[in-house]
Amino acid sequence: MASEKRVVFRSTWLPWVLLAPQVAVIAVFFFWPAAQALLQSFQQSDAFGLSTEWVGLQNFANLLDDPTYLASFKITAVFSVLVASLGIGISLLLAVFADRVVKATLIYRTLLIWPYAVAPAVAGVLWLFMFAPSIGIVSHALRGLGFEWNHLLDSDHAMALIVIAAVWKQISYNFLFFLAGLQSIPKSLIEAAAIDGARPWRRFWTIQFPLLSPTTFFLFVINVVYAFFDTFAIVDAATEGGPGRDTAILVYKVYYDGFKALDLGGSAAQSVVLMVIVIVLTIIQFRFVEKKVQY
Amino acid sequence: MVERNPLLRVLSHAVLILGVFLVAFPLYVTFVASTQTASEILQAPMSMWPGSHLIENYTAALKGTGMGAASNAPVGRMMMVSLITALVIAIGKIAISLLSAFAIVYFRFPFRMFFFWAIFVTLMLPVEVRIGPTYAVVASLGLLNTYAGLTVPLIASATATFLFRQFFLTVPDELVEAARMDGAGPMRFFKDVLLPLSTTSIAALFVIQFIYGWNQYLWPLLVTTEESMYPVVIGIKRMISGGDAATDWNIVMATAVLAMIPPALVVMLMQRWFVKGLVDTEK
Repeated sequence: MASEKRVVFRSTWLPWVLLAPQVAVIAVFFFWPAAQALLQSFQQSDAFGLSTEWVGLQNFANLLDDPTYLASFKITAVFSVLVASLGIGISLLLAVFADRVVKATLIYRTLLIWPYAVAPAVAGVLWLFMFAPSIGIVSHALRGLGFEWNHLLDSDHAMALIVIAAVWKQISYNFLFFLAGLQSIPKSLIEAAAIDGARPWRRFWTIQFPLLSPTTFFLFVINVVYAFFDTFAIVDAATEGGPGRDTAILVYKVYYDGFKALDLGGSAAQSVVLMVIVIVLTIIQFRFVEKKVQY
Repeated sequence: MVERNPLLRVLSHAVLILGVFLVAFPLYVTFVASTQTASEILQAPMSMWPGSHLIENYTAALKGTGMGAASNAPVGRMMMVSLITALVIAIGKIAISLLSAFAIVYFRFPFRMFFFWAIFVTLMLPVEVRIGPTYAVVASLGLLNTYAGLTVPLIASATATFLFRQFFLTVPDELVEAARMDGAGPMRFFKDVLLPLSTTSIAALFVIQFIYGWNQYLWPLLVTTEESMYPVVIGIKRMISGGDAATDWNIVMATAVLAMIPPALVVMLMQRWFVKGLVDTEK
Protein backbone atom coordinates (compact mmCIF):
# COMPACT_ATOMS: atom_id res chain seq x y z
CA MET A 1 0.00 0.00 0.00
CA ALA A 2 1.22 3.46 -0.85
CA SER A 3 2.08 5.58 2.13
CA GLU A 4 1.57 8.84 0.22
CA LYS A 5 -1.26 10.13 -1.89
CA ARG A 6 -0.51 10.94 -5.50
CA VAL A 7 -3.36 13.43 -5.76
CA VAL A 8 -3.76 16.01 -3.03
CA PHE A 9 -5.68 19.17 -2.32
CA ARG A 10 -4.01 22.54 -2.26
CA SER A 11 -4.58 24.99 0.56
CA THR A 12 -2.20 26.97 2.71
CA TRP A 13 -4.43 27.30 5.75
CA LEU A 14 -6.97 24.46 5.74
CA PRO A 15 -4.65 21.63 6.89
CA TRP A 16 -3.59 23.71 9.88
CA VAL A 17 -7.18 24.32 10.88
CA LEU A 18 -7.95 20.61 10.55
CA LEU A 19 -4.97 19.64 12.66
CA ALA A 20 -5.51 22.31 15.29
CA PRO A 21 -7.87 20.46 17.67
CA GLN A 22 -5.75 17.30 17.82
CA VAL A 23 -2.51 19.24 18.18
CA ALA A 24 -3.96 21.52 20.87
CA VAL A 25 -5.08 18.54 22.95
CA ILE A 26 -1.82 16.64 22.68
CA ALA A 27 0.25 19.77 23.37
CA VAL A 28 -1.67 20.75 26.49
CA PHE A 29 -2.45 17.32 27.93
CA PHE A 30 0.36 15.11 26.63
CA PHE A 31 3.56 16.95 25.87
CA TRP A 32 3.37 19.68 28.48
CA PRO A 33 2.64 17.22 31.32
CA ALA A 34 5.23 14.76 30.07
CA ALA A 35 7.82 17.54 30.01
CA GLN A 36 6.73 18.56 33.51
CA ALA A 37 7.15 14.99 34.72
CA LEU A 38 10.61 14.93 33.24
CA LEU A 39 11.47 18.26 34.88
CA GLN A 40 10.01 17.33 38.26
CA SER A 41 11.92 14.08 38.28
CA PHE A 42 15.10 16.16 38.60
CA GLN A 43 13.69 18.34 41.36
CA GLN A 44 12.88 17.98 45.02
CA SER A 45 10.12 20.02 46.63
CA ASP A 46 9.25 20.33 50.29
CA ALA A 47 5.99 18.98 51.65
CA PHE A 48 4.11 22.26 51.20
CA GLY A 49 5.33 22.93 47.67
CA LEU A 50 6.86 26.21 48.77
CA SER A 51 10.32 25.62 47.44
CA THR A 52 11.84 23.40 44.82
CA GLU A 53 15.45 22.69 44.24
CA TRP A 54 17.36 21.03 41.49
CA VAL A 55 18.67 17.68 42.63
CA GLY A 56 19.86 16.08 39.40
CA LEU A 57 19.57 12.33 39.41
CA GLN A 58 18.94 12.17 43.15
CA ASN A 59 15.32 11.07 42.77
CA PHE A 60 16.34 8.19 40.53
CA ALA A 61 19.13 7.22 42.90
CA ASN A 62 16.61 7.26 45.75
CA LEU A 63 14.33 4.98 43.77
CA LEU A 64 17.10 2.48 43.23
CA ASP A 65 17.87 2.54 46.94
CA ASP A 66 14.25 2.21 47.91
CA PRO A 67 13.49 -1.43 48.74
CA THR A 68 9.73 -0.84 48.37
CA TYR A 69 10.26 0.40 44.82
CA LEU A 70 12.38 -2.58 43.87
CA ALA A 71 9.76 -4.79 45.49
CA SER A 72 7.08 -3.07 43.44
CA PHE A 73 9.11 -3.77 40.30
CA LYS A 74 9.28 -7.41 41.19
CA ILE A 75 5.57 -7.54 41.98
CA THR A 76 4.76 -5.95 38.62
CA ALA A 77 7.03 -8.37 36.78
CA VAL A 78 5.47 -11.42 38.45
CA PHE A 79 1.99 -10.02 37.95
CA SER A 80 2.40 -9.18 34.27
CA VAL A 81 4.07 -12.47 33.36
CA LEU A 82 1.31 -14.41 35.14
CA VAL A 83 -1.45 -12.34 33.54
CA ALA A 84 0.07 -12.55 30.06
CA SER A 85 0.87 -16.26 30.09
CA LEU A 86 -2.35 -17.43 31.77
CA GLY A 87 -4.49 -15.11 29.67
CA ILE A 88 -2.84 -16.19 26.43
CA GLY A 89 -2.85 -19.89 27.31
CA ILE A 90 -6.51 -20.03 28.29
CA SER A 91 -7.74 -17.95 25.35
CA LEU A 92 -5.65 -19.90 22.84
CA LEU A 93 -7.17 -23.12 24.14
CA LEU A 94 -10.68 -21.72 23.86
CA ALA A 95 -10.04 -20.24 20.41
CA VAL A 96 -8.63 -23.50 19.03
CA PHE A 97 -11.72 -25.39 20.16
CA ALA A 98 -14.09 -22.62 19.07
CA ASP A 99 -12.49 -22.77 15.63
CA ARG A 100 -13.22 -26.52 15.47
CA VAL A 101 -16.93 -26.36 16.24
CA VAL A 102 -17.71 -24.68 12.93
CA LYS A 103 -21.42 -24.11 13.32
CA ALA A 104 -21.35 -22.99 16.92
CA THR A 105 -18.31 -20.69 16.69
CA LEU A 106 -20.40 -17.52 16.59
CA ILE A 107 -22.51 -18.58 19.54
CA TYR A 108 -19.46 -19.25 21.68
CA ARG A 109 -17.85 -16.01 20.55
CA THR A 110 -20.91 -14.06 21.61
CA LEU A 111 -20.90 -15.78 24.99
CA LEU A 112 -17.19 -15.24 25.53
CA ILE A 113 -16.82 -11.55 24.67
CA TRP A 114 -18.79 -10.21 27.63
CA PRO A 115 -15.90 -9.47 29.97
CA TYR A 116 -14.44 -7.05 27.42
CA ALA A 117 -17.29 -4.68 28.22
CA VAL A 118 -16.82 -4.93 31.99
CA ALA A 119 -14.85 -2.08 33.55
CA PRO A 120 -11.63 -3.22 35.28
CA ALA A 121 -12.84 -1.65 38.52
CA VAL A 122 -16.11 -3.57 38.30
CA ALA A 123 -14.20 -6.77 37.53
CA GLY A 124 -12.12 -6.13 40.66
CA VAL A 125 -15.27 -5.65 42.74
CA LEU A 126 -16.92 -8.82 41.37
CA TRP A 127 -13.98 -11.02 42.17
CA LEU A 128 -13.45 -9.32 45.51
CA PHE A 129 -17.05 -10.14 46.35
CA MET A 130 -16.66 -13.80 45.39
CA PHE A 131 -13.41 -14.14 47.30
CA ALA A 132 -14.35 -12.03 50.35
CA PRO A 133 -12.97 -14.06 53.27
CA SER A 134 -16.13 -14.18 55.37
CA ILE A 135 -18.99 -13.99 52.86
CA GLY A 136 -17.53 -14.87 49.46
CA ILE A 137 -18.99 -17.84 47.65
CA VAL A 138 -15.62 -19.08 46.39
CA SER A 139 -13.81 -18.58 49.67
CA HIS A 140 -16.63 -20.50 51.34
CA ALA A 141 -16.22 -23.37 48.88
CA LEU A 142 -12.45 -23.33 49.44
CA ARG A 143 -12.98 -23.51 53.18
CA GLY A 144 -15.16 -26.55 52.57
CA LEU A 145 -12.15 -28.11 50.85
CA GLY A 146 -10.02 -27.28 53.88
CA PHE A 147 -8.28 -24.28 52.32
CA GLU A 148 -8.35 -21.10 54.39
CA TRP A 149 -8.53 -18.18 51.91
CA ASN A 150 -7.72 -14.73 53.15
CA HIS A 151 -6.30 -12.22 50.72
CA LEU A 152 -6.37 -9.53 53.38
CA LEU A 153 -3.62 -11.32 55.28
CA ASP A 154 -1.84 -13.52 52.78
CA SER A 155 -0.06 -11.70 49.97
CA ASP A 156 0.04 -14.77 47.72
CA HIS A 157 -3.74 -14.95 47.94
CA ALA A 158 -4.01 -11.25 47.17
CA MET A 159 -1.75 -11.68 44.13
CA ALA A 160 -3.83 -14.65 42.98
CA LEU A 161 -6.98 -12.57 43.32
CA ILE A 162 -5.78 -9.69 41.12
CA VAL A 163 -4.28 -12.12 38.59
CA ILE A 164 -7.60 -13.98 38.31
CA ALA A 165 -9.58 -10.76 37.92
CA ALA A 166 -7.12 -9.36 35.35
CA VAL A 167 -6.99 -12.58 33.32
CA TRP A 168 -10.77 -12.96 33.38
CA LYS A 169 -11.15 -9.44 32.03
CA GLN A 170 -8.61 -9.97 29.25
CA ILE A 171 -9.66 -13.44 28.00
CA SER A 172 -12.22 -12.11 25.52
CA TYR A 173 -9.75 -9.74 23.94
CA ASN A 174 -7.10 -12.43 23.42
CA PHE A 175 -9.75 -14.89 22.31
CA LEU A 176 -10.99 -12.59 19.53
CA PHE A 177 -7.49 -12.15 18.15
CA PHE A 178 -6.66 -15.86 18.25
CA LEU A 179 -9.96 -16.75 16.64
CA ALA A 180 -9.42 -14.20 13.85
CA GLY A 181 -5.88 -15.54 13.40
CA LEU A 182 -7.03 -19.18 13.24
CA GLN A 183 -9.78 -18.36 10.80
CA SER A 184 -7.34 -16.66 8.45
CA ILE A 185 -5.22 -19.83 8.13
CA PRO A 186 -6.09 -21.37 4.73
CA LYS A 187 -8.20 -24.48 5.17
CA SER A 188 -6.23 -26.17 2.38
CA LEU A 189 -3.12 -26.26 4.58
CA ILE A 190 -4.97 -28.11 7.32
CA GLU A 191 -6.59 -30.46 4.83
CA ALA A 192 -3.30 -31.24 3.12
CA ALA A 193 -1.76 -32.10 6.47
CA ALA A 194 -4.77 -34.25 7.33
CA ILE A 195 -4.40 -36.17 4.07
CA ASP A 196 -0.76 -36.74 4.90
CA GLY A 197 -2.00 -38.35 8.09
CA ALA A 198 -1.34 -35.60 10.64
CA ARG A 199 -3.67 -35.90 13.63
CA PRO A 200 -5.31 -32.76 15.12
CA TRP A 201 -2.74 -32.51 17.90
CA ARG A 202 0.15 -32.69 15.46
CA ARG A 203 -1.54 -30.25 13.06
CA PHE A 204 -1.93 -27.76 15.86
CA TRP A 205 1.76 -27.83 16.77
CA THR A 206 3.16 -27.96 13.24
CA ILE A 207 0.75 -25.65 11.39
CA GLN A 208 -1.61 -23.59 13.48
CA PHE A 209 0.67 -22.70 16.35
CA PRO A 210 3.60 -21.57 14.17
CA LEU A 211 1.29 -19.57 11.93
CA LEU A 212 -0.20 -17.91 14.99
CA SER A 213 3.17 -16.83 16.33
CA PRO A 214 2.83 -13.20 15.19
CA THR A 215 -0.55 -13.01 16.92
CA THR A 216 0.81 -14.67 20.04
CA PHE A 217 3.76 -12.34 20.20
CA PHE A 218 1.61 -9.30 19.59
CA LEU A 219 -0.79 -10.40 22.32
CA PHE A 220 2.06 -11.04 24.72
CA VAL A 221 3.22 -7.42 24.38
CA ILE A 222 -0.35 -6.09 24.57
CA ASN A 223 -1.02 -8.19 27.68
CA VAL A 224 2.13 -6.98 29.38
CA VAL A 225 1.14 -3.38 28.62
CA TYR A 226 -2.33 -4.17 29.93
CA ALA A 227 -0.95 -5.69 33.13
CA PHE A 228 1.36 -2.72 33.65
CA PHE A 229 -1.06 0.10 32.99
CA ASP A 230 -4.69 -0.90 32.69
CA THR A 231 -4.95 -2.96 35.83
CA PHE A 232 -4.70 -0.05 38.24
CA ALA A 233 -8.47 -0.15 38.73
CA ILE A 234 -8.46 -3.89 39.43
CA VAL A 235 -5.76 -3.51 42.06
CA ASP A 236 -7.38 -0.48 43.65
CA ALA A 237 -10.80 -2.12 43.78
CA ALA A 238 -9.71 -5.61 44.86
CA THR A 239 -6.76 -5.16 47.21
CA GLU A 240 -5.80 -1.46 47.37
CA GLY A 241 -2.23 -2.63 46.98
CA GLY A 242 -2.40 -4.67 50.18
CA PRO A 243 -1.74 -6.54 52.32
CA GLY A 244 0.96 -4.07 53.22
CA ARG A 245 2.29 -3.05 49.81
CA ASP A 246 2.43 -6.59 48.46
CA THR A 247 0.22 -6.04 45.42
CA ALA A 248 1.22 -2.42 44.75
CA ILE A 249 2.17 -2.57 41.08
CA LEU A 250 4.26 0.29 39.65
CA VAL A 251 1.32 2.41 38.45
CA TYR A 252 -0.34 1.99 41.82
CA LYS A 253 2.83 3.20 43.50
CA VAL A 254 3.05 6.29 41.24
CA TYR A 255 -0.50 7.13 42.23
CA TYR A 256 0.03 6.41 45.90
CA ASP A 257 3.33 8.27 46.25
CA GLY A 258 2.16 11.24 44.18
CA PHE A 259 -1.36 11.70 45.49
CA LYS A 260 -1.42 10.08 48.92
CA ALA A 261 2.15 10.51 50.15
CA LEU A 262 2.68 13.74 48.14
CA ASP A 263 6.22 12.90 47.15
CA LEU A 264 6.13 14.77 43.83
CA GLY A 265 9.75 14.33 42.82
CA GLY A 266 9.76 10.63 43.62
CA SER A 267 6.45 10.09 41.86
CA ALA A 268 7.66 12.00 38.80
CA ALA A 269 10.84 9.93 38.68
CA GLN A 270 8.68 6.81 38.76
CA SER A 271 6.56 8.23 35.93
CA VAL A 272 9.67 8.75 33.85
CA VAL A 273 10.77 5.15 34.47
CA LEU A 274 7.29 4.00 33.39
CA MET A 275 7.49 6.14 30.26
CA VAL A 276 10.76 4.48 29.34
CA ILE A 277 9.11 1.08 29.83
CA VAL A 278 6.17 2.01 27.58
CA ILE A 279 8.52 3.35 24.92
CA VAL A 280 10.56 0.15 24.96
CA LEU A 281 7.42 -2.01 24.80
CA THR A 282 5.99 0.04 21.93
CA ILE A 283 9.22 -0.19 19.96
CA ILE A 284 9.41 -3.95 20.51
CA GLN A 285 5.83 -4.29 19.39
CA PHE A 286 6.30 -2.28 16.21
CA ARG A 287 9.63 -3.79 15.22
CA PHE A 288 8.57 -7.38 15.69
CA VAL A 289 4.96 -7.20 14.72
CA GLU A 290 5.88 -5.39 11.52
CA LYS A 291 8.42 -8.06 10.70
CA LYS A 292 5.83 -10.76 11.37
CA VAL A 293 7.75 -13.34 13.32
CA GLN A 294 6.82 -16.63 11.74
CA TYR A 295 7.87 -19.71 9.77
CA MET B 1 -13.50 -29.57 10.35
CA VAL B 2 -11.41 -31.96 8.41
CA GLU B 3 -12.29 -35.27 10.01
CA ARG B 4 -15.23 -36.55 11.98
CA ASN B 5 -14.16 -37.53 15.41
CA PRO B 6 -17.06 -37.67 17.85
CA LEU B 7 -14.76 -37.83 20.85
CA LEU B 8 -12.96 -34.66 19.81
CA ARG B 9 -16.25 -32.91 19.18
CA VAL B 10 -17.50 -33.74 22.63
CA LEU B 11 -14.20 -32.54 24.07
CA SER B 12 -14.40 -29.26 22.12
CA HIS B 13 -17.84 -28.48 23.40
CA ALA B 14 -16.91 -29.52 26.92
CA VAL B 15 -13.90 -27.17 26.97
CA LEU B 16 -15.91 -24.31 25.50
CA ILE B 17 -18.80 -24.78 27.89
CA LEU B 18 -16.37 -24.80 30.79
CA GLY B 19 -14.88 -21.56 29.40
CA VAL B 20 -18.29 -19.94 29.07
CA PHE B 21 -19.10 -21.07 32.61
CA LEU B 22 -15.92 -19.48 34.00
CA VAL B 23 -16.63 -16.27 32.13
CA ALA B 24 -20.28 -16.15 33.10
CA PHE B 25 -20.11 -17.33 36.71
CA PRO B 26 -19.01 -14.00 38.25
CA LEU B 27 -21.69 -12.20 36.26
CA TYR B 28 -24.34 -14.66 37.46
CA VAL B 29 -23.23 -14.33 41.10
CA THR B 30 -23.42 -10.56 40.74
CA PHE B 31 -26.92 -10.72 39.38
CA VAL B 32 -28.10 -13.12 42.08
CA ALA B 33 -26.58 -10.98 44.81
CA SER B 34 -28.32 -7.93 43.41
CA THR B 35 -31.71 -9.60 44.00
CA GLN B 36 -31.22 -10.48 47.65
CA THR B 37 -31.24 -8.51 50.86
CA ALA B 38 -27.98 -7.45 52.49
CA SER B 39 -28.48 -9.90 55.35
CA GLU B 40 -29.23 -12.79 53.01
CA ILE B 41 -25.86 -12.22 51.36
CA LEU B 42 -24.09 -12.16 54.71
CA GLN B 43 -25.25 -15.69 55.52
CA ALA B 44 -22.31 -17.46 53.97
CA PRO B 45 -22.83 -19.09 51.64
CA MET B 46 -25.44 -16.97 49.96
CA SER B 47 -28.14 -18.71 47.97
CA MET B 48 -27.38 -19.35 44.31
CA TRP B 49 -30.99 -18.64 43.30
CA PRO B 50 -32.26 -15.15 42.55
CA GLY B 51 -34.04 -13.58 45.51
CA SER B 52 -37.17 -11.48 45.46
CA HIS B 53 -35.70 -8.03 46.03
CA LEU B 54 -34.68 -7.12 42.54
CA ILE B 55 -36.87 -4.06 42.12
CA GLU B 56 -36.26 -2.56 45.54
CA ASN B 57 -32.46 -3.01 45.31
CA TYR B 58 -32.26 -1.38 41.91
CA THR B 59 -34.53 1.47 42.97
CA ALA B 60 -32.45 2.01 46.10
CA ALA B 61 -29.27 2.04 44.02
CA LEU B 62 -30.61 4.40 41.37
CA LYS B 63 -32.06 6.84 43.87
CA GLY B 64 -29.22 6.55 46.39
CA THR B 65 -31.40 5.49 49.31
CA GLY B 66 -29.18 2.56 50.36
CA MET B 67 -28.12 2.25 53.98
CA GLY B 68 -24.47 1.33 53.46
CA ALA B 69 -21.82 2.67 55.77
CA ALA B 70 -19.83 4.23 52.92
CA SER B 71 -21.05 6.38 50.03
CA ASN B 72 -24.74 6.22 49.07
CA ALA B 73 -24.74 8.58 46.12
CA PRO B 74 -27.56 8.07 43.63
CA VAL B 75 -26.45 5.78 40.80
CA GLY B 76 -28.92 7.33 38.36
CA ARG B 77 -26.91 10.52 38.37
CA MET B 78 -23.61 8.59 38.04
CA MET B 79 -24.92 6.68 35.03
CA MET B 80 -25.70 10.02 33.43
CA VAL B 81 -22.16 11.29 34.13
CA SER B 82 -20.68 8.08 32.71
CA LEU B 83 -22.87 8.23 29.64
CA ILE B 84 -21.99 11.85 28.86
CA THR B 85 -18.28 11.19 29.49
CA ALA B 86 -18.21 8.09 27.31
CA LEU B 87 -20.11 9.75 24.48
CA VAL B 88 -17.98 12.90 24.52
CA ILE B 89 -14.77 10.85 24.55
CA ALA B 90 -15.92 8.52 21.77
CA ILE B 91 -17.37 11.18 19.49
CA GLY B 92 -14.65 13.73 20.25
CA LYS B 93 -11.87 11.24 19.52
CA ILE B 94 -13.44 10.18 16.27
CA ALA B 95 -14.05 13.78 15.18
CA ILE B 96 -10.59 15.17 15.86
CA SER B 97 -8.89 12.06 14.51
CA LEU B 98 -10.89 12.14 11.28
CA LEU B 99 -9.93 15.77 10.73
CA SER B 100 -6.25 15.33 11.50
CA ALA B 101 -5.96 12.15 9.43
CA PHE B 102 -7.64 13.98 6.54
CA ALA B 103 -5.13 16.83 6.85
CA ILE B 104 -2.15 14.48 6.97
CA VAL B 105 -3.20 12.30 4.06
CA TYR B 106 -4.76 14.80 1.66
CA PHE B 107 -2.57 17.90 2.03
CA ARG B 108 1.08 18.76 1.71
CA PHE B 109 2.31 21.34 4.17
CA PRO B 110 5.45 22.14 6.14
CA PHE B 111 6.11 19.94 9.20
CA ARG B 112 3.52 17.42 8.04
CA MET B 113 5.59 14.43 9.14
CA PHE B 114 6.56 16.20 12.33
CA PHE B 115 2.90 16.43 13.33
CA PHE B 116 2.34 12.86 12.27
CA TRP B 117 5.07 11.67 14.58
CA ALA B 118 3.96 14.01 17.36
CA ILE B 119 0.57 12.32 17.28
CA PHE B 120 2.23 8.94 17.01
CA VAL B 121 4.35 9.27 20.16
CA THR B 122 1.30 10.01 22.30
CA LEU B 123 0.80 6.24 22.07
CA MET B 124 3.72 6.05 24.44
CA LEU B 125 2.23 8.40 27.02
CA PRO B 126 -0.80 6.67 28.53
CA VAL B 127 -2.55 8.70 31.18
CA GLU B 128 -1.18 6.40 33.88
CA VAL B 129 2.39 7.58 33.39
CA ARG B 130 1.67 11.29 33.45
CA ILE B 131 -1.09 11.53 36.05
CA GLY B 132 0.63 14.01 38.36
CA PRO B 133 1.50 16.79 35.88
CA THR B 134 -1.69 16.29 33.81
CA TYR B 135 -3.67 16.67 36.99
CA ALA B 136 -1.76 19.90 37.71
CA VAL B 137 -2.56 21.24 34.23
CA VAL B 138 -6.26 20.40 34.57
CA ALA B 139 -6.39 21.91 38.04
CA SER B 140 -4.71 25.13 36.94
CA LEU B 141 -7.20 25.46 34.08
CA GLY B 142 -9.99 25.19 36.67
CA LEU B 143 -11.37 22.02 35.08
CA LEU B 144 -11.64 19.79 38.16
CA ASN B 145 -15.15 18.38 38.60
CA THR B 146 -16.18 19.38 35.09
CA TYR B 147 -17.03 17.33 32.04
CA ALA B 148 -14.25 19.08 30.14
CA GLY B 149 -11.74 17.92 32.77
CA LEU B 150 -13.10 14.38 32.65
CA THR B 151 -13.00 14.07 28.88
CA VAL B 152 -10.65 16.40 27.01
CA PRO B 153 -7.35 15.01 28.39
CA LEU B 154 -8.43 11.54 27.20
CA ILE B 155 -9.65 12.65 23.82
CA ALA B 156 -6.46 12.66 21.78
CA SER B 157 -5.95 9.27 20.24
CA ALA B 158 -3.09 8.13 18.10
CA THR B 159 -4.89 4.84 17.45
CA ALA B 160 -7.91 6.46 15.84
CA THR B 161 -5.76 8.83 13.76
CA PHE B 162 -3.79 5.85 12.50
CA LEU B 163 -6.80 3.79 11.66
CA PHE B 164 -8.29 6.62 9.62
CA ARG B 165 -4.98 7.37 7.96
CA GLN B 166 -4.61 3.73 6.92
CA PHE B 167 -8.12 3.71 5.63
CA PHE B 168 -7.83 6.99 3.70
CA LEU B 169 -4.70 5.67 1.99
CA THR B 170 -6.75 2.83 0.52
CA VAL B 171 -9.35 5.20 -0.96
CA PRO B 172 -8.72 5.37 -4.75
CA ASP B 173 -7.14 8.58 -6.02
CA GLU B 174 -9.65 8.63 -8.86
CA LEU B 175 -12.30 9.71 -6.38
CA VAL B 176 -10.34 12.85 -5.56
CA GLU B 177 -9.79 13.56 -9.24
CA ALA B 178 -13.46 13.06 -9.99
CA ALA B 179 -14.46 15.30 -7.12
CA ARG B 180 -12.07 18.01 -8.28
CA MET B 181 -13.32 17.70 -11.82
CA ASP B 182 -16.82 18.30 -10.53
CA GLY B 183 -15.58 21.37 -8.73
CA ALA B 184 -15.86 20.02 -5.18
CA GLY B 185 -13.53 21.59 -2.62
CA PRO B 186 -11.67 19.57 0.03
CA MET B 187 -14.35 19.90 2.72
CA ARG B 188 -17.06 18.93 0.27
CA PHE B 189 -15.01 15.86 -0.68
CA PHE B 190 -14.50 15.06 3.01
CA LYS B 191 -18.19 15.32 3.81
CA ASP B 192 -19.71 13.68 0.74
CA VAL B 193 -17.10 11.07 -0.17
CA LEU B 194 -14.76 10.22 2.69
CA LEU B 195 -17.25 10.23 5.57
CA PRO B 196 -19.76 7.90 3.91
CA LEU B 197 -16.91 5.54 3.00
CA SER B 198 -15.63 5.53 6.57
CA THR B 199 -18.83 4.55 8.36
CA THR B 200 -17.66 1.02 9.18
CA SER B 201 -14.41 2.23 10.72
CA ILE B 202 -16.29 4.93 12.58
CA ALA B 203 -18.77 2.41 13.99
CA ALA B 204 -15.99 0.08 15.08
CA LEU B 205 -14.04 2.87 16.73
CA PHE B 206 -17.16 4.15 18.42
CA VAL B 207 -17.65 0.83 20.21
CA ILE B 208 -14.04 0.62 21.34
CA GLN B 209 -13.85 4.23 22.47
CA PHE B 210 -17.24 4.19 24.16
CA ILE B 211 -16.10 1.27 26.30
CA TYR B 212 -12.76 2.96 26.92
CA GLY B 213 -14.56 6.11 28.09
CA TRP B 214 -17.15 4.31 30.18
CA ASN B 215 -14.54 2.16 31.93
CA GLN B 216 -12.08 4.94 32.82
CA TYR B 217 -11.10 4.75 36.46
CA LEU B 218 -7.80 6.35 37.42
CA TRP B 219 -8.41 9.66 35.68
CA PRO B 220 -11.93 10.31 37.08
CA LEU B 221 -10.64 9.21 40.47
CA LEU B 222 -8.26 12.19 40.38
CA VAL B 223 -10.34 14.92 38.78
CA THR B 224 -13.67 14.32 40.50
CA THR B 225 -14.01 15.13 44.16
CA GLU B 226 -17.73 15.89 44.23
CA GLU B 227 -20.26 13.08 44.39
CA SER B 228 -22.32 14.75 41.68
CA MET B 229 -19.49 14.24 39.17
CA TYR B 230 -18.60 10.61 39.96
CA PRO B 231 -18.87 8.24 37.03
CA VAL B 232 -20.53 4.99 38.06
CA VAL B 233 -17.27 3.00 37.99
CA ILE B 234 -15.87 5.26 40.72
CA GLY B 235 -19.18 5.24 42.57
CA ILE B 236 -19.08 1.46 43.03
CA LYS B 237 -15.66 1.56 44.59
CA ARG B 238 -16.74 4.28 47.02
CA MET B 239 -19.68 2.17 48.20
CA ILE B 240 -17.40 -0.48 49.58
CA SER B 241 -16.25 0.18 53.08
CA GLY B 242 -13.69 -1.72 55.10
CA GLY B 243 -15.61 -4.61 56.62
CA ASP B 244 -17.72 -7.12 54.72
CA ALA B 245 -20.66 -6.58 57.04
CA ALA B 246 -20.66 -2.79 56.75
CA THR B 247 -21.04 -2.89 52.97
CA ASP B 248 -24.47 -3.10 51.39
CA TRP B 249 -23.43 -5.79 48.96
CA ASN B 250 -26.85 -6.10 47.40
CA ILE B 251 -26.82 -2.42 46.41
CA VAL B 252 -23.19 -2.62 45.29
CA MET B 253 -24.00 -5.59 43.08
CA ALA B 254 -27.10 -3.89 41.67
CA THR B 255 -24.88 -0.93 40.81
CA ALA B 256 -22.32 -3.27 39.23
CA VAL B 257 -25.03 -4.75 37.02
CA LEU B 258 -26.21 -1.27 36.06
CA ALA B 259 -22.64 -0.21 35.29
CA MET B 260 -22.16 -3.22 33.00
CA ILE B 261 -25.36 -2.87 30.99
CA PRO B 262 -24.54 0.09 28.69
CA PRO B 263 -21.09 -1.09 27.51
CA ALA B 264 -22.33 -4.68 27.23
CA LEU B 265 -25.26 -3.54 25.12
CA VAL B 266 -22.96 -1.56 22.84
CA VAL B 267 -20.67 -4.59 22.40
CA MET B 268 -23.53 -7.00 21.77
CA LEU B 269 -25.50 -4.82 19.39
CA MET B 270 -22.46 -3.77 17.40
CA GLN B 271 -20.54 -7.04 17.68
CA ARG B 272 -19.83 -7.32 13.97
CA TRP B 273 -18.13 -3.92 13.69
CA PHE B 274 -16.56 -4.20 17.07
CA VAL B 275 -14.74 -7.46 16.29
CA LYS B 276 -13.61 -6.20 12.91
CA GLY B 277 -12.58 -2.84 14.34
CA LEU B 278 -10.68 -4.34 17.24
CA VAL B 279 -8.69 -6.72 15.09
CA ASP B 280 -7.99 -3.99 12.48
CA THR B 281 -7.17 -1.19 14.89
CA GLU B 282 -4.48 -3.06 16.71
CA LYS B 283 -2.77 -4.48 13.68
